[in-house]
Amino acid sequence: MMASLVFDTGLVLLVMAVAGWAILARDPFAAVVGFVVYGLLLALVWVRLAAVDVALTEAAIGSGLTGTLLLGAAARLRGDEAPAAERPGPLLRFAATLLSACVAAGLAGAILRLPENAPTLAPAAAQNAAATGLGNPVTNVLMAFRAMDTLLEKVVLLLALVGVWSLASDRFWGGRPGPRYPVEPHGALSLLARLLPPVGIVVGIHVLWAGADRPGGAFQAGTILAAMWVLVMIAGLSDAPQVGQRWLRLALVAGPAVFLVVGLGGLVLGGAFLAYPMAYAKPLILAVEFAMTLTIGATLGLLLAGPPERRSGA
Amino acid sequence: MRVASDILTVAAVGAGAFFLLAGTVGLLRFPDTLTRLHALTKADNLGLGLVVLGLLPYAQGPSVALKLIAVWLLVMLSSAVVSQLIAEVVRREGSQV
Repeated sequence: MMASLVFDTGLVLLVMAVAGWAILARDPFAAVVGFVVYGLLLALVWVRLAAVDVALTEAAIGSGLTGTLLLGAAARLRGDEAPAAERPGPLLRFAATLLSACVAAGLAGAILRLPENAPTLAPAAAQNAAATGLGNPVTNVLMAFRAMDTLLEKVVLLLALVGVWSLASDRFWGGRPGPRYPVEPHGALSLLARLLPPVGIVVGIHVLWAGADRPGGAFQAGTILAAMWVLVMIAGLSDAPQVGQRWLRLALVAGPAVFLVVGLGGLVLGGAFLAYPMAYAKPLILAVEFAMTLTIGATLGLLLAGPPERRSGA
Repeated sequence: MRVASDILTVAAVGAGAFFLLAGTVGLLRFPDTLTRLHALTKADNLGLGLVVLGLLPYAQGPSVALKLIAVWLLVMLSSAVVSQLIAEVVRREGSQV
């Protein structure tokens, strides 16, 4: 009891210290590293709160994916530092500080004013858990009780990728994203990119499969697969694909498309959009999750690769 | 039997914690990037290995034990590669940090 209290207090203090450091760091690279460490510590906090699904997502998306995106942005900024004229003046900085402080105070006030017994649907979700045949209540909520949210989330992800692609200049439209990374056949990165993906792909599929009954699921699995793909691209072992290719586009829409077809099927068989027929709930959910894992992996990998910057051959 | 495995756990996890602490002290105290890397990777790999060794008697079943060992091997792989990459950058651009 005492030991866990000491551990939790230390963890919370560490999270707050790292958060403060990430905000105060002057160098963009250092700030991003601070942010990644913050995310990993936050994942530990979620584990302590027994929310392992959230911890996995925080580590994979909040820390890993967002951290990598921010690192890319920091690397691009380093090339041409913002000219002096574009640096914000003291007034603007003061206003930004004030706004941030007000938002933080508002959030803190809202959380402090929450009622003692927060309204919750958790008992209802737990009561109807048997309806889907899945053992993981989080997957139940994501794939069945709130399936609409999950479907729209996937569409938003696709829109984000379209947003990134729209930054490409006209002549590179449909070309390959990012630079061509040079291969160092005997380098350490090549070694990692050869050794890790077989392990990572197995772990990714395991996380997807385990998601039915234990913590895990399509999003975490897709992120692991995307990480393996990006690793192979950065090591130069495989070039990024041309974004105009048909198979790639099909992979990108597979998840939402299967989800929509199953949802519309529910309209006919189950009586409502996204209603699963009782007898087939589990196989249908698994089919949607498999398609979504493919889509999430492809989308996140291409998000990290960036907008098209080269013609096919270059 | 129980006592023997408890002694092993305490000794191995304690030694592991010592190596992790030593590695962190090295990271903070050593003068340049290469020596810091040296302190961190050597001590951390050994430290984590000892912690994993100490936790093995407590693993519920062989699959958990194998997962613990897999975690140790993966961390060793990634820390070895990352330290090589950092060292390469230092050799190319000189140690400024």
